[in-house]
Amino acid sequence: MTDDTNARIDALVKNNPVVLFMKGSPLFPQCGFSSRAIAILERLGVQFESVDVLQDQAIRQGIKGYSDWPTIPQLYVGGEFVGGSDIMMEMYEAGELAELFQKAGAAAAPQA
Amino acid sequence: MPMEGSDIAALIKAGIPDADVEMTDLAGDGDHWSARVVSASFAGMPRVKQHQAVYAALGGRMGGVLHALQLTTAVPK
Repeated sequence: MTDDTNARIDALVKNNPVVLFMKGSPLFPQCGFSSRAIAILERLGVQFESVDVLQDQAIRQGIKGYSDWPTIPQLYVGGEFVGGSDIMMEMYEAGELAELFQKAGAAAAPQA
Repeated sequence: MPMEGSDIAALIKAGIPDADVEMTDLAGDGDHWSARVVSASFAGMPRVKQHQAVYAALGGRMGGVLHALQLTTAVPK
């Protein structure tokens, strides 16, 4: 990974309270795991930034080394790596994800 | 090239000897697996670290030959 890619990822992660590296866009996720991640974020009503790794091969490869995580999607909250869609689902079901967003100041009003 | 569930489980157990591994074939095609890994060694580890321990046991196959392994980790009750 080049220093340039690393710096770009670093800026994305640190300048956004919630950022999801995914395949495709929130409107058109290009894989089931990314789709599941989006569904969870939308259900929690969280404002988030998304990065389509399919549009940027440097980021697509670089993010795997940056987080030491082999798959996409990847969720970052408050500059910290949270995990992929399986961890998001586990945390969502346990109520831990909503709590994490609240702590990070990223939570919107709970949706009815 | 899909991997056999028993091969995936064997790799995980080789890396995490006390692990209890339960494999489920999600799509019935031998290519989309769900693994539930329970190990006392996960105690006190954040979920990310638990999953990374399993990925480490899989030796770089995750994201490559294994692109669709759904993973759940837990500490024995």
